[in-house]
Amino acid sequence: MNINNNQASKKDVFNAIWDSILRLFGEYGASKTDLRLIDYDLENKRAILRCSHEALPLVKASIPCITRIGGRPAAAHIELVSGTLKSLRKKLLYMQKDQKNALKRED
Amino acid sequence: MKVFVDLHLCPNPQDLDMTRQMIEKSAELGYKIVGVSLSPKYLQSEIERIRKICSEVDLDFVSRIDLEPLNTMDLLKSLSLFRRKVEIISVKCNSKSVARQAAKDRRVDILSFSHLDMRKRFFDSAEAELAASASASLEFDLAPLISLYGFQRIRLLSKMRIEVLTAKKYGVPIILSSGADDVRFLRKPGDYASLGYLFGLDIGDAKKALSEIPKEMIERNRRKLSLNYVAPGIYIVRRGKDCIEGLDDATSQ
Repeated sequence: MNINNNQASKKDVFNAIWDSILRLFGEYGASKTDLRLIDYDLENKRAILRCSHEALPLVKASIPCITRIGGRPAAAHIELVSGTLKSLRKKLLYMQKDQKNALKRED
Repeated sequence: MKVFVDLHLCPNPQDLDMTRQMIEKSAELGYKIVGVSLSPKYLQSEIERIRKICSEVDLDFVSRIDLEPLNTMDLLKSLSLFRRKVEIISVKCNSKSVARQAAKDRRVDILSFSHLDMRKRFFDSAEAELAASASASLEFDLAPLISLYGFQRIRLLSKMRIEVLTAKKYGVPIILSSGADDVRFLRKPGDYASLGYLFGLDIGDAKKALSEIPKEMIERNRRKLSLNYVAPGIYIVRRGKDCIEGLDDATSQ
């Protein structure tokens, strides 16, 4: 997940996601997600979330609905979805390499 | 690779900075084609200005006008005025008579409805049948789903769910667009496709509504607007000297 807000803390991000899920699906829906914030990279503004695979559509629909994080206007985008954390990190590495290569080519 | 289309950016036509920001953000988010809603007042100058911005960020620009007619006569007048000037014509139907006329008129590409007043959403089975026969599409703007909350969003989602079912039943193409007037409400095509889950559109159909369906519509309209188009199914293949040579070939055979 990529976050478009410069000063968001890990707690703010997690609260914003929960808030969005609660607003859209209520407490019953939120209870099905089994959501965890695994990692938050403040520098790249990237968060890794874990959720139940059955509740994936709920979480995927809730993330674009985030409009504020920590009281400030923000937008969140889904970057990658993967079955395991290991494969997700692998894909993320490939993606970062591709981005660096693209930047080099532009220079 | 899929070409994603956002057919409905609605920046303030006076605010060139915002228009530029929105177009640049769309390119960054992975769209290849964008449609910007233009005001009828400054149509030609706006088209040139926005086309230039789009070419700078390597985006294909589609000119689009959103008509909001008061009655059917007003709609017919506007259609004859703008059909040859813009690539996409969308009609926001604020009354039942306008909705019915727009659905059966082949010059209308997109039908859209109010997202705040549910009584002004006239997309029922009769409307769907007319739209399907005139190959008009039903457009859902997704920015209101992000910006609204509470009771308004509940009512909008419930209405959209019914409309998706009706559109599927009668084979009316569905288009998903941002409908954003601010950069904050722009999202990636994948994010918008995920929102389709909220109103009963599965991920495959949602991606089609963001790529293939709008792209086909644009290509069809560009063919019709080209100088070689005569009537449905009739195109000019050769002109001038080529035409005479072609005629000779045909007679010798």
